[in-house]
Amino acid sequence: MTIGLDHYLFVAAVLFTLGILGIFLNRKNVIVILMCVELMLLAVNINLVAFSVFQGNIVGQIFAMLVLTVAAAEAAIGLAILVVYFRIRGTIEVEDINAMKG
Amino acid sequence: MVLQALAFYVFAFVVMASAAMVVVSRNPVYSVLFLILAFFNAAALFLLIGAEFIAMILIIVYVGAVAVLFLFVVMMLDINLAKLREGFLKYLPVGAMIGFVLFLEILFGLGVLGGNSTSLAGIGQAMPQVIAIDNTRAIGRVLYTQYFYLFQVAGLVLLVAMIGAIVLTLRRRPGLRRQRISEQLYRPKDEAVTVVKVPTRGGV
Repeated sequence: MTIGLDHYLFVAAVLFTLGILGIFLNRKNVIVILMCVELMLLAVNINLVAFSVFQGNIVGQIFAMLVLTVAAAEAAIGLAILVVYFRIRGTIEVEDINAMKG
Repeated sequence: MVLQALAFYVFAFVVMASAAMVVVSRNPVYSVLFLILAFFNAAALFLLIGAEFIAMILIIVYVGAVAVLFLFVVMMLDINLAKLREGFLKYLPVGAMIGFVLFLEILFGLGVLGGNSTSLAGIGQAMPQVIAIDNTRAIGRVLYTQYFYLFQVAGLVLLVAMIGAIVLTLRRRPGLRRQRISEQLYRPKDEAVTVVKVPTRGGV
C-alpha cells in the first residue's frame, strides 16, 4: 500500500499523454491547446518534484519553480498573441493560421 | 500509511479525470474550470509527498494567475463554439493512436512494462527522506545562494513577459481624446490667458 516513485511517475505520464492528445484533438481552439501545454508542463513538474523528494535532492524543486515561471510567462505571451490575432482576424481557428505558408 | 495511500489515489484520480475533461469538454470555460481542479489536486499531491512550497506556489501562480488569465480571455473573445469542435472526431483516431504509443513508450521507459529498469531500481523503493529542516527553508538556502543568478534570470523572464504582453495588447485608438500633460505644462502664458479690457457699464 505504500506510495512510491512509480505512482507519481505514472500520474505524470498519464497527464503528459492527455496533454499530447488534447493538442491533437482540439486542432481548432488555440485556448485549449495552450491549456494542454500547461497540463504537459504540470506533468513535467510532477516528475521533477517526485524525483527531487525521493532522491532527497532539493535542486529538482528549484528547477520545478523555474519551469513554473516559464509556464506563466508563456501563458501570458500566448494569450496576448491570441487576443491580438482575434482582434485582427475575428477568429482563433488554428487551421486558418497559414498566412506565412510555413 | 493506508490513509496516505488512499489520499494519493483519490487526488491522482481527480487529477487524471479533470485533465481528461479539459481535453474533451465542449465549452472552453468548463475546460478552464477543470484545469483549475487539476492544478488544485496536483498541489495536493505535492503536499502529500512533502513539497509544501511548490504546492503553494502552484496554487498561487497557476490558479491565481494563469487560470484566471485563461478565464478572462475565454470570456472576452466572442468564439463560435460549435465551429471550434468540428475536427474533434476527425482527429480522434490518429490522436488516440499517437497518445497510446507515447504512453506505452513512457511506461516502457519507466520500466513498468518490459521488466527491469536499472535507472529507477535504487530510487523507486526508497521512502521520502525526512529532512531536518522544513521544505521552504531548504529551498531558500539553495535558491538564494547557489542558484541566485538563475533566480534573477527567472525574474527577468517574467519582466520580459509582462512588457511583451502589454506591448502586444496595447492599442491606440484614433479619435480618442486623451490628456497630454507635457503640452499642457509647456503652453505659454499668452496662449492660455487673454486680458480683456471691460468698459464701464458696457459688459464684455
